Amino acid sequence: MADDKLPRRKFLLGAGLAGTAVAAGLAPAEAQPPPATAAPSTTPASDPSTYLTLTASEVAFISAVADLMIPADELTPSGTDCGIVTFVDRQLAGAWGGGAKMYRAGPFRPAKPEYGYQLSLTPREFFAAGIAATNEWTRSTRGKDFDRLPAKDRDQALKDLEQGKAQLAGFDGKQFFEALLGITMEGFFADPIYGGNKDKVSWKMIGFPGLPAVYAHLIEEWRDKRYMVEPQSIADFS
Amino acid sequence: MATRLQEVDAVMVGMGWTGSIMARELTKAGLTVVGLERGGDIKPSEDFALPGVRDELKYSRRLELIQDPAIETLTFRHRPSESALPMRRFGSFLPGNSVGGAANHWGGHTWRYLPSDHVLRTHLTQRYGAKMIPEDMPIQDWAITYDELEPYYDKFEKLCGVSGKAGNLRGRKIDGGNVFEGPRNDEYPNPPMKTTLAGQMFAHAAKELGYHPFPRPASNSSQPYVNSEGLTLGGCQYCGFCERNGCEANAKAGPHVCVLPKLREEPKFTLRTRSWVSRLIYDKAARKVTGVVYTDTRTGEEFEQPAGIVVLSAYVFGNVSLLLHSGIGEPYDPASGKGAVGKNYCYQLSRMGVTLYFEDRNFNPFMGAPGAGIVMDDVNGDNFDHTGLGFVGGAIITCGHDGARPIDYRPVPPGTPRWGAAWKQATAKWYQRSLNISLSGSNYANRNHYLDLDPTYRDQLGRPLLRMTYNFVDNDYKLSEYCMQVAVKIAQAMKPNHMSPPRLRRGDYDIVPYQSTHNTGGTVMGTDPKTSVVNRYLQSWDAHNLFIMGASTYPQQVAYNPTGPLGAMTYWASEAIVNNYVKSPGPLVQA
Repeated sequence: MADDKLPRRKFLLGAGLAGTAVAAGLAPAEAQPPPATAAPSTTPASDPSTYLTLTASEVAFISAVADLMIPADELTPSGTDCGIVTFVDRQLAGAWGGGAKMYRAGPFRPAKPEYGYQLSLTPREFFAAGIAATNEWTRSTRGKDFDRLPAKDRDQALKDLEQGKAQLAGFDGKQFFEALLGITMEGFFADPIYGGNKDKVSWKMIGFPGLPAVYAHLIEEWRDKRYMVEPQSIADFS
Repeated sequence: MATRLQEVDAVMVGMGWTGSIMARELTKAGLTVVGLERGGDIKPSEDFALPGVRDELKYSRRLELIQDPAIETLTFRHRPSESALPMRRFGSFLPGNSVGGAANHWGGHTWRYLPSDHVLRTHLTQRYGAKMIPEDMPIQDWAITYDELEPYYDKFEKLCGVSGKAGNLRGRKIDGGNVFEGPRNDEYPNPPMKTTLAGQMFAHAAKELGYHPFPRPASNSSQPYVNSEGLTLGGCQYCGFCERNGCEANAKAGPHVCVLPKLREEPKFTLRTRSWVSRLIYDKAARKVTGVVYTDTRTGEEFEQPAGIVVLSAYVFGNVSLLLHSGIGEPYDPASGKGAVGKNYCYQLSRMGVTLYFEDRNFNPFMGAPGAGIVMDDVNGDNFDHTGLGFVGGAIITCGHDGARPIDYRPVPPGTPRWGAAWKQATAKWYQRSLNISLSGSNYANRNHYLDLDPTYRDQLGRPLLRMTYNFVDNDYKLSEYCMQVAVKIAQAMKPNHMSPPRLRRGDYDIVPYQSTHNTGGTVMGTDPKTSVVNRYLQSWDAHNLFIMGASTYPQQVAYNPTGPLGAMTYWASEAIVNNYVKSPGPLVQA
């Protein structure tokens, strides 16, 4: 059974996806049997709903990254429990993920970072390629997909990506890390209407009041006194 | 074949600040005017309404109000020897995209340039000698002095309801205002905004050190205000969502609040949105333009709009590229130094500053507005002696929260990781307890910095993209070092618990992080057609019925935001058109 080999993806069954369908969608390299001692799932998905665009292995990858970047502690729940994966899925499935507001005509050539993004890939394609390249790299250097690595190795692998030490085949690991960090922070701090920042946890963490942000009568009264209120988001006014 | 429409007296290419003001003034004088705008229209009561307007992801990150680079962008390179690449996403600067233009999403900083800024080359030569200006720095005098423009600065301030405090009323210096500014005939129309705690702390430290801090002049109305058009602005709510967003309080000045409600009622005015002007029709022999060609992007149909007067009122890049696409004027060539179209492209030195962390302070950084900040002008322009410093120009130093939208504003002390448990702890602790001191520096022209057409990349209409050749130079690095020393001195006097290393201007220009939408030059004003594109009335030397508005006419860029003179110059030019040009069409200045 395909799903026996892929215990980390069992949550998808709850969403009504057959294991075989999941396996059928995997890239050849990805479909090879994991070692018998495969680590158990690091994190359940934050949301049992069906994803719009992320594949099962992409969900596992983004979940692992989200929980490293935003670990559960006394301040907030974990990145996945804050809805980061749902946020990433919706962003990549939407106009932005499809390359809206990007100039996409060629020719293309490699350039220094000061020239900005110079690939033909849409953000959706960029994340797919980055996840595949990172998993390929961890498989060749550490024997497993990124999300299946022991916690300590996963942490180190992400640091290697950040510091440009990861030698991904045909992909810029540092650039991919910056995109991962960017979208994770967007998901954590954006208005909850986009699927992340569930229960406004990040706003509570830092003391950002959200809406309505009408302070003309408060700015002097609260000068040098911490203004603390229960944050409100767009949905609270809709 | 383009469908030829009925001739009108004047056509505006772009309906932001300058197009709106010019159309208003010309229709008041009885002219029929068509306003063409590539983007869509904006209905502030719907587009800028609560709660949706408080959406950081949509406006700040996904750039809802910003030009779509898929339609038209620029290519970029650091030096003439390189081949350029397209800016595939806008980052470093953010042009607007609809009726209202960049004024929909600006922060509202509204300055008058210093008297010396208006006569820069003459001023520096007289004070220091001609050798002070490097050979590769083709700075020029404006073609209009501060004193000549003063009444028009005043007029624009009363249109916008600028909040601020005068520092020089008819020559009388006033403590608490900007004592370096040129003489004003009148106070600001609105009192200054309330100052944030960060601004107060900075002002105190700067004053102790002998500097002259003052409240930032801004088109954030500090109270309800009826402007010179009889239109009402609301009072600013210090929401912290100003720049990159629209304003639900109608407190941030812009064409939609200050001009368009009147203009839309004017029977002599017609607004056509989604109308993309591809070129001007140029009769070189007659030294006139006869109209413009545009595409209605809703139907794909092409039209010719004949007009007695054509006003280029697009953003800097639109103005320059339309001249180049239409064969008007001689394109600038850095090798020979000949040609004026595209010459003297300048930018600004931004993203410089230092972050301070205070254990015992509560800044409530989310309560703020651009006008709630404090500025000092002591090391700006030529307000200080440059003898022996090895650079010209300067920077304004500013402090005060203008918002703290959390995707983008999350300061943590140096050495903090960028993610993980320690990052979370630091972010939770310091969000409330930090402030930035920021610098914005002038950027003077360089022989190798210019705009021309790219040989490879094209826009959606198939026209070549505009190509920007630009980088920072030695003058910029030295300016940054010098002004930063002053900022750090003030920062230390504020006695923070931690301080970031100074963010200086170093290395090559990077188009990715936001810096400033204060691009200038390319169609500069002057007194000599060989080194300028327009005369002092912003009238083209090559086509006497063509007038070019906006910051593309500035010969170099100062440390201030460029909108103040841009509005003033539009009033000035409109008066020349109405009083002189319409009665006797022809060159208003003899070359």
